Amino acid sequence: MVKNRFASFQLGFWAAISAVMIAVLGIVAFLRFTQGIGAVTNLSDSFPWGLWIGFDVLCGVGLAAGGFAVTATVHILHLKEFKAIMRPTVLTAFLGYILVVCGLVFDLGKPWNIWHPIIMWNPHSVMFEVGWCVMLYTTVLSLEFAPVVLERFKLDWLLRFLKPITPVLVIMGVILSTLHQSSLGSLFLILPEKMHPLWYTPVLPVLFFVSALAAGIGMTVVESWFSRRAFGKPIETHLLSRLSRVSVVVLAIYLALRMRDLIGRHALATLFPLNSVSAMFLAEIVLGVVVPMVLLSIPRFRLSPRRLAVAQGMVVLGFIFHRLNVSVTAVEAATGRAYLPSAMEFMVSAGLVAVGIWIFLLACRYLPIFPEGAMTEEEETVRQPAGAAPARPARPVAGTVTAFDRT
Amino acid sequence: MAHRGILVDVTKCIGCGSCVEACQKSNEQPAHEAKGFNEQTYTFLMDRGNDTYVRRLCMHCENPSCASVCPVGALRKTAAGPVTYDPDKCMGCRYCMMACPFGVPTYEWHSAAPRVRKCQMCAHRGAAGPACAEACPTGATITGERDELLAEARRRVASDPKAYFQRVYGVTEAGGTGVLFIGPREPAALGLPPVKTVGPLPDLTWNALKHIPDVVLFGGVFLGGLFWLTKRKEDVARAEHADKGEHHG
Repeated sequence: MVKNRFASFQLGFWAAISAVMIAVLGIVAFLRFTQGIGAVTNLSDSFPWGLWIGFDVLCGVGLAAGGFAVTATVHILHLKEFKAIMRPTVLTAFLGYILVVCGLVFDLGKPWNIWHPIIMWNPHSVMFEVGWCVMLYTTVLSLEFAPVVLERFKLDWLLRFLKPITPVLVIMGVILSTLHQSSLGSLFLILPEKMHPLWYTPVLPVLFFVSALAAGIGMTVVESWFSRRAFGKPIETHLLSRLSRVSVVVLAIYLALRMRDLIGRHALATLFPLNSVSAMFLAEIVLGVVVPMVLLSIPRFRLSPRRLAVAQGMVVLGFIFHRLNVSVTAVEAATGRAYLPSAMEFMVSAGLVAVGIWIFLLACRYLPIFPEGAMTEEEETVRQPAGAAPARPARPVAGTVTAFDRT
Repeated sequence: MAHRGILVDVTKCIGCGSCVEACQKSNEQPAHEAKGFNEQTYTFLMDRGNDTYVRRLCMHCENPSCASVCPVGALRKTAAGPVTYDPDKCMGCRYCMMACPFGVPTYEWHSAAPRVRKCQMCAHRGAAGPACAEACPTGATITGERDELLAEARRRVASDPKAYFQRVYGVTEAGGTGVLFIGPREPAALGLPPVKTVGPLPDLTWNALKHIPDVVLFGGVFLGGLFWLTKRKEDVARAEHADKGEHHG
């Protein structure tokens, strides 16, 4: 009971803080759309892309990568036990893309022209590809998330319509994500003159894809742990542990690619003399990749959901570090120009994240996001007597899950 | 493909600023001091000491990065030579500003409907050509067919090795530019951006983008195949399970 009261106090505290953040977001939005981008940001002709591109867009898309990874595991590899975490992951991906679109509305000089790539084509532009990927994948994600809403409002006839096309949607989702994650790296390929050699490399698209996969899985684990704390939902530790084993492999591939590339281009020497730039690089690689990889590879470490969440949180932070290093640190180091986001830029990014967390919390409360709903509606009706569905079969569901477990 | 270019001969420039004045008039800007690129300044003069004055302006690349990265084709290299900008198409992503290796495009940061700003080689004047070349009293800035200007630049450099540093700036830089510079010292000493990339920059992007059709094709086949294989395994397992159930039941 005491714990519950503590949790509700925490929620109340969070509600107050986030209300302030969202109000500030509104004020900054007013200034930005009436006075121009220059009135609220530290961007300039010599530093035209800043925090909103580096964090809201690059990281928003990357953190959504858990969505395609987990839906593909469930629907393409048919590892059905992962269905228990699929919906929160798809929701996170959806919110990640909403963050991207909102970030773009703030960052684009003329956001009302955002639809122009539909009719004004330039296939040679990476940004053109990015624009199309955002549009198409946001559509795919809303269709992937639609069953949750349709179930809630008992629109079964629409559900029946969606079910047969799910595999097609999932395959499209994986392909679009692959293209989109990697193309965010390709955005920077045209800047060899303006980026530090520790970050500029022809393999940027590959690095962006692999690291997004790691961050996507990391985000899935972090947010599963977070929802357990917020809602007291049962946590699928064995699933998170298995996912974390995959993380170890993904991080190892990333590290191998990164080191092979740095050595191949003789770029490692630019670490010296040690300065703030090399510190950013080391923080990104050591704290964001090497340490969590080692920790997650220890079987005993993977037994505790809290430890899993901490290590995966490091993966997510390392990923954010990489994106900001590519878009800010590398450009600063190579051009000698300085950029520090203004307070208002930070407030917009933080405010958008707060909005995202609110949507997540509300969706968890009012929609069948967690296994109870998910498993009963689609899979378990076949196996269980029809009447058992609406009760809270949290444990029995976990039981059927382990029956399916292939490890 | 003959198209317009500009040749700047730094040895002939006396720093009078006629080009700057003509530029501002031609682009309908209020007369103002020009010290660097900004939303009102498409060209300016750098005083490099010893009576050496160097102009900066858009280089009008042969393969412009800005036009290649623009998602909506607001920037484009016209057949006539200038790299032009259409504000009605632009959505304001500012990728062009990131991509330009010469740091030329600028932005209207304090406007609610901002535009990218840069020299468009007076494309609006049509056959009359750029106002700066027309205004230059000493012939330091001249305009004409790019190929002819390049031949002229090489001839001048070769004919007077004492007066000219032996290099034409704009031949290799970013794969070649429509604006060429020759002068008494090496380009870096003149304050021109040291662009090391020899080939066209858009090729770097294209090397990645060209793989997209293959990713879609083989990715689709591979994932579809995985789906089919694992689904079949599951179907078989379920059928076997049902079979056993019948025997025992």
